[in-house]
This record gives sequence, structure tokens and C-alpha cells, in this order.
Amino acid sequence: MKPAPFAYERPRDVASALAAMAGDGVVKVMAGGQSLGPMLNLRLVAPDTIVDITGLAELKHVEVAGEELVIGACVTHADIEDGRIPDVTRGAMQRVASAIAYRAVRNRGTIGGSLSHADPSADWVSTFAALCATLSLRSAKGARLVAMKDFMLGALESVLQPGEMLEAVRVPVMSPSARWGYVKSCRKTGEFAHAIGAVLIDPEAGRARVVIGAVEAAPIIVDNAEELFGGRITNDFKSRFDARVADTLLSKAGMSDAADRHIHVTILRRAVAEAAA
Amino acid sequence: MRNERDISPAAPASKQGVGARVPRKEDDRLMRGRGQFVGDIRLAGLQDVAFVRSPLAHARIRAIHIPERYRDVVFTSADLVGIKPIRAITGLAGFKPSDQPILATDKIRQVGELVAMCVAPTRAEAEDIAASVTLDLEELPAVYDMLKAREPGSPLVHEHWGDNVFLESFFELDITQALDAPIKVTREISTARQCMSPLEGRGVIATFDHRLDQLTLYTGSQMPHIVRNGLSDCLEMDQGQIRIVSPDVGGGFGHKGILLPEEVCLSWLTMKRGFPVRWIEDRREHLVASSNCREHHYKITVYADRDGTLRGIDCEATVDSGAYSSYPFSACLEAAQVVSILPGPYQMPAYRCRTYSVATNKCPILPYRGVARTGVCFALELMLDLVAAEAGLEPGNVRLRNLVRPEQMPFDNITKKHFDSGDYPEALRRAVAQIDIDGIRARQRKGEDDGRLIGVGLSIYCEQAAHGTSVYSGWGIPMVPGHEQATARLTPDGGLELKVGVHSHGQGLETTLSQVAFEMLGVDVAKIRVVHGDTAMTPYSTGTWGSRCMVMAGGAVATACHELGERAKKIGAKLLQVDEANVVLVDGEIRGPNGSVTLKEIAHTWYRRPQDLPGDVDPGGLEATSGYKPQRDSGTFSYAAHAVTVAVDPDLGDVEILDYVIVEDGGVLVNPMIVDGQIYGGLAQGIGTALYEEMPFDRAGQPLNTTLADYLLPGPTEVPMPWLDHMETPSPYTKFGVKGIGEGGAIAPPAAIGNAVNDALRGLGVEMLQSPITPRRVLEGILAARDAKRTAA
Ligand SMILES: Cc1cc2nc3c(=O)[nH]c(=O)nc-3n(C[C@H](O)[C@H](O)[C@H](O)COP(=O)(O)OP(=O)(O)OC[C@H]3O[C@@H](n4cnc5c(N)ncnc54)[C@H](O)[C@@H]3O)c2cc1C
Repeated sequence: MKPAPFAYERPRDVASALAAMAGDGVVKVMAGGQSLGPMLNLRLVAPDTIVDITGLAELKHVEVAGEELVIGACVTHADIEDGRIPDVTRGAMQRVASAIAYRAVRNRGTIGGSLSHADPSADWVSTFAALCATLSLRSAKGARLVAMKDFMLGALESVLQPGEMLEAVRVPVMSPSARWGYVKSCRKTGEFAHAIGAVLIDPEAGRARVVIGAVEAAPIIVDNAEELFGGRITNDFKSRFDARVADTLLSKAGMSDAADRHIHVTILRRAVAEAAA
Repeated sequence: MRNERDISPAAPASKQGVGARVPRKEDDRLMRGRGQFVGDIRLAGLQDVAFVRSPLAHARIRAIHIPERYRDVVFTSADLVGIKPIRAITGLAGFKPSDQPILATDKIRQVGELVAMCVAPTRAEAEDIAASVTLDLEELPAVYDMLKAREPGSPLVHEHWGDNVFLESFFELDITQALDAPIKVTREISTARQCMSPLEGRGVIATFDHRLDQLTLYTGSQMPHIVRNGLSDCLEMDQGQIRIVSPDVGGGFGHKGILLPEEVCLSWLTMKRGFPVRWIEDRREHLVASSNCREHHYKITVYADRDGTLRGIDCEATVDSGAYSSYPFSACLEAAQVVSILPGPYQMPAYRCRTYSVATNKCPILPYRGVARTGVCFALELMLDLVAAEAGLEPGNVRLRNLVRPEQMPFDNITKKHFDSGDYPEALRRAVAQIDIDGIRARQRKGEDDGRLIGVGLSIYCEQAAHGTSVYSGWGIPMVPGHEQATARLTPDGGLELKVGVHSHGQGLETTLSQVAFEMLGVDVAKIRVVHGDTAMTPYSTGTWGSRCMVMAGGAVATACHELGERAKKIGAKLLQVDEANVVLVDGEIRGPNGSVTLKEIAHTWYRRPQDLPGDVDPGGLEATSGYKPQRDSGTFSYAAHAVTVAVDPDLGDVEILDYVIVEDGGVLVNPMIVDGQIYGGLAQGIGTALYEEMPFDRAGQPLNTTLADYLLPGPTEVPMPWLDHMETPSPYTKFGVKGIGEGGAIAPPAAIGNAVNDALRGLGVEMLQSPITPRRVLEGILAARDAKRTAA
């Protein structure tokens, strides 16, 4: 289990990283290496060049800009877990971060790597979708903003183009009336989830965003979640949650296995209950 | 979860001897990261090997294409002229032998089988070369299911056999007398294929020393002397030309108890190329290619009276032995063991069992910690709970009614297993009391606030260990243990060296064998060195397996130390100028009527100041080698009762262990702390079998869980701290009354946990009869039962 030979570059700034990424052959960015490393070792990927962006200060930058927290792509799960970035989600991100994998993985794994890798079972792809985050992407040709809900196309597939990197994640400051619930099902501590339920429910605004993740594809994002709560989002949303509607929704999304649907609906119900608690 | 009770032995004989909780000597280096495993060894000029392995389970090799530029660094079976395949026969009637090629010849019989060997300065380069080799294979239909493999018309793993059965074993006694029993429960029960997953995988370094005219093989092995036997057969070399060194070993569990084709390959390669070569098994090779364990299937009927008295067992069991019979344990140990141990620790008036060791296109099955007992215990103990449910009795009471009683000891059971000693019912009673079954029943009636279902489960087993010549000669496999030997030697400064042919792969033998020597000679444990893991420096031994070391090597060390003590007494008596009959050996000194002389002084005089000794001193010297066998070599029988409480989440199928109790009797414990460690480790593996570990195969014979992301092992958060209680019934046959204890922890957990889950699910009409009990299986069971109810309504 050793990688096939590759060239290794360690640029000094984002501009030179982007220049290197625009080079010939297959180029892969390496952030924490927690997913890329195993894939290289199993020879599932064999890039010509690896561009290591782990050390780039620009990608570790964090700031609150207006109503958004801007988090550099190379911020690690551990940075978030340990509270080294401002908390605009009333602890939601911190709790998600602290339940990713094991501490050793969290020390190195980055939010940018996690989102770019686009593993359906990963935590941030569902979390940031539920938090209505936006992603800044940049290539040598320029920059663009993509909503998290539009970023992931399928398992290990995203809108990232060759030569393009994820630069930062922009997370809206959570409104005081919003309620957050996040539950996942794992067979053991540190294992990737088999089902994820992430909900951001704002009864005052009468709005809810519901995300059903770890579905072997991009997470299912329900923007108009009223139907899951008997037609409207109110303070009694927990008791209004309708598991049958969720089940139908999953059937329609192509989840044909009854046990799979049962697990996902259960996890979603528990996420809703957590939001209400 | 409760913590372990502090159990100090009633009155340790001494601070360091038998019964003392001496901290492990070897931990000083191991805990500081200074252990030396095969992977830590560096030799000048060392090159690395990577193998081209078969991507298919069953195929004929049409051609192997090696790029021209790699011709001289890639080797195939065509190069291994004169090298013989690995052959592990048995003497059991009807056994069909298999030849395991060192590198595949014409046919491939498992995914991961070695096809070509590539050597390069680094492993990464060797893997690049391996990736450039292409195989032209004609795929054959795979034998992927042991039950289908027994059907006529199945594809054949070894064509010339005519079927896929290595061996059929049979036992029958009085089964007709059970058939009229009022309770008759029949089920199919199975355990999944597993990988043994020691922390350290296999690893081999081979080098040739021309001065000694000797091949040295560094290999993480449980049984270096047996590797030497096998290697000398395959290479047709004199044993004197082969030295096997097994350095620190990071867990074995059976995985390091076979002769590997890789060991033969590298031995050949270093002699061919003249430089040292290394191969270190990576995790993927471990998961895919090397060896598996545990895959059993039972079709079993238990007969009983309404009061729970067992009337008989009728069973047909099948073991998936994989493609080859591995050396030295063979493909049949497991299934043949099923026949002989299925009746468990119970009085069983009637019994019939037929078992099949079946060849499939999977890697060979090896005896894993507990060997067949884990599967047997799972099958029988689940059945006992079903009998209890049928009879409307507490499962504990059904067991108590049938367990062999202390006053019957020693007891010969229906298959002529000779239980040496113990009080099995007492172990069960203590476990039942400690887990508080009555409290759990009350809690079950009340229900849980979180909607989970609580269940309690018991299991009990007995474990034959350290079985010797009389048992193994009957199997007729390439290895039969005889007298275990040890050497004890006083050094000139009064230290003690012990040499044993068994090898520690984590058991703490350096400590426990030193404790035995301390008990015999009174030499400080800190001044004792245990030399093991090297055929050049140790007496012959079949090695470490079958929970035999404490009984066999412990006994041998005691015997050798006794012999050494006698020699020291002769010298001491001369120095004290008294008759030998008037001296005794106490606390490391020879005492006479008017004075004493220490072993240290005796050693100093013997080696460094021989002029102080009279001319007629006994010339035997201060180094003694001696052999040992227990008075009876049919094995010690340790046993344990496990009790567990679980909570099952009926919406996800998750099982959480809430409480775990183990009451264990391993005879006299040489070091109770080490025994605790053995039990914890075994429990972790048992939980793996019960809830997590599984290597599934698809219809093409492809193993599916090929990384640790898919092959789940329990971690620290999945293994509870059990409440441990020791009983210490001495074995009447062994030195100090010790019994083998190493495997037991891994035997009972799947059965106890399975029973607890079934207890929790009983109200829903769901039974889990297959390990591992995954959330998926539980949930599918619950949903199916719900659907069935709905349809019925
Ligand atoms: C044992 C284990 C358990 C795990 N369990 C979980 C879990 O429970 N939940 C979970 O969410 N995750 C889990 N992970 C994944 C982990 O959390 C990492 O987040 C993940 O590996 C990706 O982050 P990384 O920084 O290591 O990315 P890398 O491995 O360096 O890169 C991953 C991919 O993203 C690309 N990439 C990286 N950064 C960028 C960027 N800025 N722009 C464009 N492309 C980029 C790389 O080219 C590569 O294709 C686990 C990982 C391991 C090893």
C-alpha cells in the first residue's frame, strides 16, 4: 500500500498554488491528506503532481464579515472543535466537528478537504448545507461563489473544475430564534455515518431547512420543509413532524430499501427532537 | 458500568512467585516504544518484496506478462525450481490433502494468492514493479458458499478430489433415546468469516550467513521451531541450515501460527540473490489474502424435558476451511473440534454430530483464539436459551440443571473429554447474582424511557487447553506436542537465564515464567531473563498455541529449575562441607545445619573460582535442560460464565452493552493481573465476533470488506470494562495446579451477547442467530416481524 510515484509541490501562496494547479497532467491538491492519503496508498488515484496547500496562511484565515463567518479552507476540524474560530452557530459547528472521526484525524482533516472530497457520509457536506453556507471557489482564471446546496453533485463529485480550489466557506450567523439539530448513526465511534439528519428550524420565521445525509449521493436538502411538519413550522414542530412524509420523500428520492428509509427517518426524527430540546 | 473489583489473591505465596501481580517485565521496552518487531529490523543491503496477487478467486493462469526491464527482479513459480508446496495432512480417515503452491502454478484458488514476487530497494518501488506485471487469467466459477459447495455439481476447488470436502467427521451415541423428548428446538446458526487482525501483521526478513552456512529468517511467529520444520521440508534443507528468529510479536491469535508461502518465497529469494530481503504484510493484504477464521454453520436440534433437563443434541455442522490446508494445523482441526466439544460443559446423555470441512475459493481458515469453541458456544448457548424460552424457565436455571457438578469431577463427558476440576455451577451462580437478573427482569417489565429494549444473556463454556501427545497424535497433523523442554542456567553473577521454545506474542511470558523460576529458586525476577523466539538458542517446542504456555513451558521451567536447584545443592553442600542430604534450597540460598551459601556465591565459585571446589564435586554444572508433561496430557479445563446486559435500539438496531460480568476459573493463577489482561483482550475480540467483524464475499469469491473502514473492529469505546471474578480450582494434573487461560475471553461473548439481544427482542418475536449481530440484521429482523404481524392481522 504505497502510492504510485508523483511530483510534489509546496507553493508559498494561493496564487502560486493556483498556477501549479493549472499545470500539465493530473494535479491533486493535498490539504489534511486524511482522505487523499488512503486513496493514494490504495492507488485509487495516481496524480502526476501533488500540490500541498496545508501550510498556506491565506487558507487558514478566519473572519466575521457582516452577517457571515468566513472560514479558510485549511481550517481543521480540531480548530473548530477547540473553539479557535468565532462561534456564529451557537456551538453547532463545534459539536459537529468534535464528533468527526478521531482526534488524530481531526487534527489534520480540513473543512475544505472534507467538502471537496464530497463523501456523502461526511459531516460537513450535510452540516453546511443545513446552515445555508456558501463556498468561495478560485482558479487561476478567477473566483466564484456557489451555494453549498448546489456544490455537491453526487458521491465524490462536486462542481469544482480542474485547476479550481475551494478557498473558504461562508457561514451565515445563526439567528437567535433558530433551532439546530444534528444526529448521525454510526456503528462505532469515529466511523463514517450511515445516516445523518441535520435541521435548522426557525419557528419565529416559520422556516426550516432539513438535510438528510449519508444517502450514497449528495444530501437530500428540503428547503420548503413545511410538508414535513404538517404544513407549517411552529413552536410545536417536534410533535408535528410527520415520519410518513419523510418516508415518502426518501422513496421518491430513490431509496428503495425499507430498512434504509427506516434508519434515515428515525435519525431525522431524532434531529428534530434535538432541535426542540 | 462498574469497574473491576480489586481482586488480590487470598495470600500470594510471595511478592514475586506464583500468584503475585508482578508488573510485566517486557512492558518496560514495549511501553516506551522500544520493542523490536520484524518491521524494526534493519540489515545492510536489505531490499523489499511486494507480491503480485491474484485479483480473482478461481482462475486458470494462461500467462504472466513481465515487462522486459523487470525480468531479473520478478519471479514466478517457474523460477522456484525444486521448491515443494506446503502440505498439511492429517491422519484422519478420508482426509483429502491439498498442495498450497508457494507461487501459483497453473491454477488460482483464492483472491490474493501469490502469483509473482517483485524485489526492489524500497517497498514503493517493488509495488510499482508489481503493478506493471499483468496476468492473463481464465476465470472459473467461484466456490463462495460452503453449503452450496457441498452440493453435487458445484465447481471444484481441487478437481481431482471429485467434491469439495476436505473431511467429514462423525460421532453418534444413543441419539435415538432423545427423540421422544417433549421439547425439540431446531435452528440454523452461523458465525461470519473474520480476519484475526493483530496490531502487527505478518512480516518476514530472510538473509543468508555464509560463515554459518545458515539461512536466518526473522518472522513474527508464534512457533519458530514449527516454521523451521515446515521450511526445511519445502526447501529440502537440513534443519541445521535454518535459523528462525521471532522477535517481539504484536499479537498472534493464530494468525502467526502458520507457515507462510511468503516465508518460503523470501528464503528462496535471499539465497538466490545474495542480499537480505523483507516483506511486511500491509493491512490490505491481511484483510484480503492471508488467512481467515470462524466461519461455521450449524443445523442443530436440542432435545430437552419440560424441566429443562437436556436429553440430547443432533447437529450437522459445516466449516468453511478455504482453499488450502495450512501448515501445521490443517484444514480440519476446526470442524473435527466441533464434533468433540459441541456438548459443552453439560451432562449430555445422547449426541449425534456430523461435520464437514469444506474447501472454498477463500483464503485458508486458521485456528483463531478460542478455535472452534467460539462458534460452538454461540450455537449451543443460543439453543439453550431457546430451550429455556420453550420450557418457560430462566435460562440460568436450565444451565444449572445440566452443568457438570463439582462432585462429579474429574468427569468424562459423552465425547470422552476429561474435565479435570472445577465448580461450573458456582461460576454461573456468581455471574447471575452479579448481573442481577431479577433486577433486570423488573426493569424489563417497567420499560425504558428512551424506548430501548433491555435484555440479559448468559453463556458458559469450558476450554480444553495444553492438550498434549495423546490428543494430537490422534489428529495426525504435522505437529504433535511431546514433553515441553526448558533450560535454566545460572550466570556467573548469580542471574538466571531461562530458555524456552514457546514464544510470547503479548502474553507476558517473560514475566510469568520468571515468576515460576522465582518460586523454584528464589532468584529475583529482575535478575531473570527469558530467552525465546530463536531456534538457535532455545529447546525445540511446538510453540505458543492452545493456551498451553503456562502449563507446558511453566511446568518445564519449574522442572529445569528444580534440576538446577539439585545441582546447586550438590555444590552448596560441598562448600558448606555437609552431606547433600542435609541441605535445602530456600529463598535463593542453600542452607545447611550450620550455615548457608547463596546461589550467587555458588555460581561465582563454580564459574570463576573453581579452585575453591573439591575435586569430587558433581560435574553436572549450573545449566539444566529438562522436559515436562502434566500427569495427564488430555488437557486442563478452564471455564467461565459470562453475563451481559444490553440495550437494543429497536429503530436503528444498535446494540449497546450496559454491563458485563465474567466469572472465570483458570486454575491457580501465576499472575492474576496478566490473566485479567488476557480476559480483557479476549473479551474485545469476542465483542468483535458478536457485533462487528465480518468478511463477506460476493458470488465471484471477492472479499468485500477490504479496508478497516469496512471491516469493523471494536475500539476502546466499544469495549466495556467488565466486572471480573476469579475462582481458582487447581488442576490436579499440572505443576502448581495451573490451567490454560489465554483464549477463554474470546469464546463466550458472542453467545452471551446474542442471548441478551434475543432476550431483548423476544417480545417482538425476533431471533438473531447469525454473528455478527449488526444493526442492519437486527433492524431487518424487527421490520420483517412487524410486516409478518401486519399480514397476519
Ligand atoms: C479514519 C477516518 C475516519 C473519518 N471519519 C470521518 C467522519 O466521521 N466524518 C467526516 O466528515 N469525515 C471523516 N473522515 C474524513 C476527514 O474528516 C477529512 O475531512 C477528510 O479526509 C478530508 O479532509 P483533508 O483535509 O484530509 O483532505 P485531503 O485528504 O487532503 O483531500 C481530500 C480531497 O479534497 C481535495 N482537496 C482538499 N482540499 C481542497 C481544496 N481546498 N480545494 C479543492 N480540493 C481540495 C483533494 O485534492 C482530495 O481530492 C475520516 C477520515 C479518516 C481517515
